[in-house]
Amino acid sequence: MSISLQHISKSFKDVTAVKDISFEVKEGELFGLIGPDGAGKTTIFRILTTLLLADEGTATVANFDVLENYKDIRDNVGYMPGRFSLYQDLTVEENLTFFATIFGTTIEENYDLIKDIYIQIEPFKNRRAGDLSGGMKQKLALSCALIHKPKVLFLDEPTTGVDPVSRKEFWEMLKRLQQKGITILVSTPYMDEAALCDRIALIQDGKILQIDAPKEIVKHYPKSIYNVSANNMYKLIESLNEYQHSYSVYPFGEFIHYTDKRTNFNPEDLRKYLEDKGLKNIIIEPTEATIEDTFMELAK
Amino acid sequence: MKTILYIIQKEFKQIFRNKGMLPIIFVLPLLQLVILSNAATFEIQNIKFSYIDNDKTSLSRELIDKFNASTYFNVLTNFSSEKEATSAMLQGDVDVILEIPQYFERDLLKDKKTNLSVIINAIDGATAGVENVYINQIVQDFNKKAQVSLFQPEDLKFLPKNIASIPSFWYNKTLNYKTFMVPGILVLLVTMITLFLSGMNIVREKEIGTLEQMNVTPIKKHQFIIGKLFPFWIIGFALLTIGLIISKVIFNTPIVGSLGLIYFYTAFYLLVILGMGLFISNFTDTQQQAMFIAWFFVVIFILMSGLFTPIESMPQWAQYLTEFNPVKYFVEVMRMVMLKGAGIAEITPLFLKTIFYALVMNALAVWSYKKTN
Repeated sequence: MSISLQHISKSFKDVTAVKDISFEVKEGELFGLIGPDGAGKTTIFRILTTLLLADEGTATVANFDVLENYKDIRDNVGYMPGRFSLYQDLTVEENLTFFATIFGTTIEENYDLIKDIYIQIEPFKNRRAGDLSGGMKQKLALSCALIHKPKVLFLDEPTTGVDPVSRKEFWEMLKRLQQKGITILVSTPYMDEAALCDRIALIQDGKILQIDAPKEIVKHYPKSIYNVSANNMYKLIESLNEYQHSYSVYPFGEFIHYTDKRTNFNPEDLRKYLEDKGLKNIIIEPTEATIEDTFMELAK
Repeated sequence: MKTILYIIQKEFKQIFRNKGMLPIIFVLPLLQLVILSNAATFEIQNIKFSYIDNDKTSLSRELIDKFNASTYFNVLTNFSSEKEATSAMLQGDVDVILEIPQYFERDLLKDKKTNLSVIINAIDGATAGVENVYINQIVQDFNKKAQVSLFQPEDLKFLPKNIASIPSFWYNKTLNYKTFMVPGILVLLVTMITLFLSGMNIVREKEIGTLEQMNVTPIKKHQFIIGKLFPFWIIGFALLTIGLIISKVIFNTPIVGSLGLIYFYTAFYLLVILGMGLFISNFTDTQQQAMFIAWFFVVIFILMSGLFTPIESMPQWAQYLTEFNPVKYFVEVMRMVMLKGAGIAEITPLFLKTIFYALVMNALAVWSYKKTN
């Protein structure tokens, strides 16, 4: 096992950040921690990167105990905190050289690992890190986290505040790194990114709701989901919420994701009800549950 | 070792890239040295002097001329009544009122004695004391001459024998306050700048989040601390050097003792200050907090260092407190070595205390610096 947590709990004064968390990440796996802000994702990262001591439980990273072998962990992990935390007044190249030196290596030694990423920011290597764009900062931070060829990579909300194109590129980079045998633990509040992980853990309020592959997780969704749309979105949501048999109503892009309380639900009943409410161009069609639906259901 | 060198290199790059900090580090302190050393004077000049002459004789005029001739006094006005004079004092227009009584000349000739009334504004007690001394000197001087010129020859045999004391000011012959202030202010600058910079430096890494990134790396505590603080040790020396050059060139302060000894002592003294800076930064989260705490200590250290007020005149408990003040030791050492030419043997007690202080401070600082929470 590359990462393993057993019954980890941590409280800050009266606030419980994480409670009895246990999960395992296999070697070379891309594992996602999915949850809203304040779910306890960063606390888990800080415990695993030896920045924070857990109140209870044990954890190992790359088969090193976070308490006893914390020094070995620091040699073997790369950590990219949620906030950009490189030296803004040093240039791109100086930042990279600095972290390489701290880890007792050189850029040349592990250049093949970061080549794909670094090549994109290399034209700006004499620019100060503070003057880079958001996407480029992420690439530099990732390069710095990789420069010592870590076995495990921790990425805490790496794509928060990054534009959609850079986000997509970033995930492609992660996939390539995974192929090089690096275990990656990534957290994100974006459900669409969850589908790109091998396995995900859904977290809320410091507790794990479910752990499984993204494809399996949606199978846990207990009900059939329908895409509903009509000419007046606002009125549609209102009407669906008022509908006596409605179980859940969530806006989802151009559709409403609707589930019914009844097991023998007939879409025609709903169509009739909506027409009575004066809605037009009504479309009701069955659809697949997404991770977001599952999360909302589990978080209920 | 390579890691430490690289951190030091990185720190220097950051310091020299910070366009706002550079002038603060090197230019402001030197301006302060030049300005403060000239301005922070214990000599009192331009005393606003006024008088009420109720006698209006040649003798009373002669006395007033004596004040006129003095460079310390500005003879401003001549009041006709005491009432006018006190209201001027109340307004703050005059600092000193000399009242010459009626029959001043007659009494002096006839009875060989008379009284003068002097009113001094004592809002600033220290100034008032000095003014009083100046006035007494002039009056005494006048007294002597008056005796010689006015007394009849037959009186001469009754003349009291005068005892005159002729002071000789060792180590500062002309009693030049700059000679005395410059080494002290130099100490103050070296202390202030190195404490502020080192205190704010590690906190800054906390603020911008790089400390967390550093804590995940296998870097050792001592490597990080030495790498972070060493540049400020060097900056402390640079400040001392520039300051010494300025005090020699501009103020012509004597440097009697050995420069090597000053640097040797400073090397250890700076360790105390850097340890203190690190200690402060371990207990603060933002640069503002660090700055305020550092400022608090610096003010106490300076006021209790014997730089502006002599430690001997403090109450006993305060004198005990000054034992914990590293600035006091540095001020003493600087004055002893620069003005008196003290050698290693003379400063050994101060030196040992400073080393002890450095050990304690750095032990505390390293102990309180934690990579894990």
